[in-house]
Amino acid sequence: MSAGAAGAFAALVRRDLLLAWRRRGDRLVPLAFFVMVTALFPLGVSPERAVLATLAPGVVWAGAVLATLLGMDTLFRSDLEDGTLEQMLLSPLPAPVLVLAKVLAHWLVTGLPLVLAGPVLAGALHLPAHAQPVLVAGLLLGTPALSLVGAVGASLTVGLRRGGMLLPVLLLPLYVPVLTFGAGAVAAAAAGLPAAGHLYALGAILALAATLAPWAAAAGLRISVA
Amino acid sequence: MREGSAEGARPRLEARGLACVRGGRVLFRGLGLAVGAGELLLVEGPNGAGKTTLLRVLCGLREPEAGEVRWAGLPLRRAGMVFRASVVYVGHAPGLKDDLTALENLAVAAALGGRAPAIDPREALARVGLGERAHVRAGALSAGQRRRLGLARLLVRPASLWVLDEPLSAVDRAGAGLVADLLRGHLDAGGLAVVTSHAPLGVPGERVRTLRLEGGAVTEGAA
Repeated sequence: MSAGAAGAFAALVRRDLLLAWRRRGDRLVPLAFFVMVTALFPLGVSPERAVLATLAPGVVWAGAVLATLLGMDTLFRSDLEDGTLEQMLLSPLPAPVLVLAKVLAHWLVTGLPLVLAGPVLAGALHLPAHAQPVLVAGLLLGTPALSLVGAVGASLTVGLRRGGMLLPVLLLPLYVPVLTFGAGAVAAAAAGLPAAGHLYALGAILALAATLAPWAAAAGLRISVA
Repeated sequence: MREGSAEGARPRLEARGLACVRGGRVLFRGLGLAVGAGELLLVEGPNGAGKTTLLRVLCGLREPEAGEVRWAGLPLRRAGMVFRASVVYVGHAPGLKDDLTALENLAVAAALGGRAPAIDPREALARVGLGERAHVRAGALSAGQRRRLGLARLLVRPASLWVLDEPLSAVDRAGAGLVADLLRGHLDAGGLAVVTSHAPLGVPGERVRTLRLEGGAVTEGAA
């Protein structure tokens, strides 16, 4: 990456983090949603310790996936509305690098809090302590992949007035592999089985998403801006 | 000719046989134009004639339905990054983040240029009359001040082609003088400009060529 591209990458990450900080109330919504979704299960299914411990991996992962979806539509929308998106695409720097900067900032603001809250919520659902490291590792690999894949969807729907309605339907099927490997890893660890295979699969998904998604999202944005 | 000479080719913007359709209506077709160093192309026409669409096509944000745009002899698609390093677009949308200060906005715009800013962003703000407002959030600036902040991008990003969509909207008389000064300086230095405006730009007539879009018809003439 050239010095100019690195500088612009850093400037965009810094800008989006600064914007998130100045609107920090909005950014707490996905986290609050995550907490509420997981709280629904003890209320709706059963407060039994054994039942909750079985549900915990799937519930925490489904909650993380839904919470990521909730904020995904905002990734490019305000940039499109205020014209900073077209300025970004007119930059001489490669658009995929700039998209990656936006996704990184988005993950730091919405994904990382989910990674940190995950073990707390899983503990409240009586997930065995020895499965917690696997949950955190899985979330660390899985949530960036969710943000990257989400960026592709968001780039395509940002130009549509009701894109926010379409986006979850578009993305949920694509999130299924991350959900199954993520929850599978935790369930395996809770049962005392090796979870490395699931984590490798998550790592592979992340590597694939990180190499392809920025290009796809940049192409999607060019279509949406035209 | 700053950018153009650096790239070893004359900065020249040409378009041939351009056609654009919006909402099933042909805005224009068979449109050709050429802008060379030191020239300003003024695009005129009633609202809805396709001026903004033409500007977006010329800076590569939109693909025309037919025809092509060339920069220094190369189609835009192939000129790619060389072209984007040579163009600054100030459109209807101000390209500003309301929650960032004037200075922060300008610093990001400069960073997106991919090289050191032509002048310090603080100095650019002073030149557009916002020196005192550097630390005010863009959302708290007036419409005219936001316009000036958008125009400050022209100072921090060294570019040979300026594409300006209604640069005089919302600015006061002093702001119009500022736009005229900026444009004159740019053209004298061998820059190119494509501008839409409903008000006189205050640029010497011999530098200006006019393109009139009206109901799909295109007429070209001297100002």
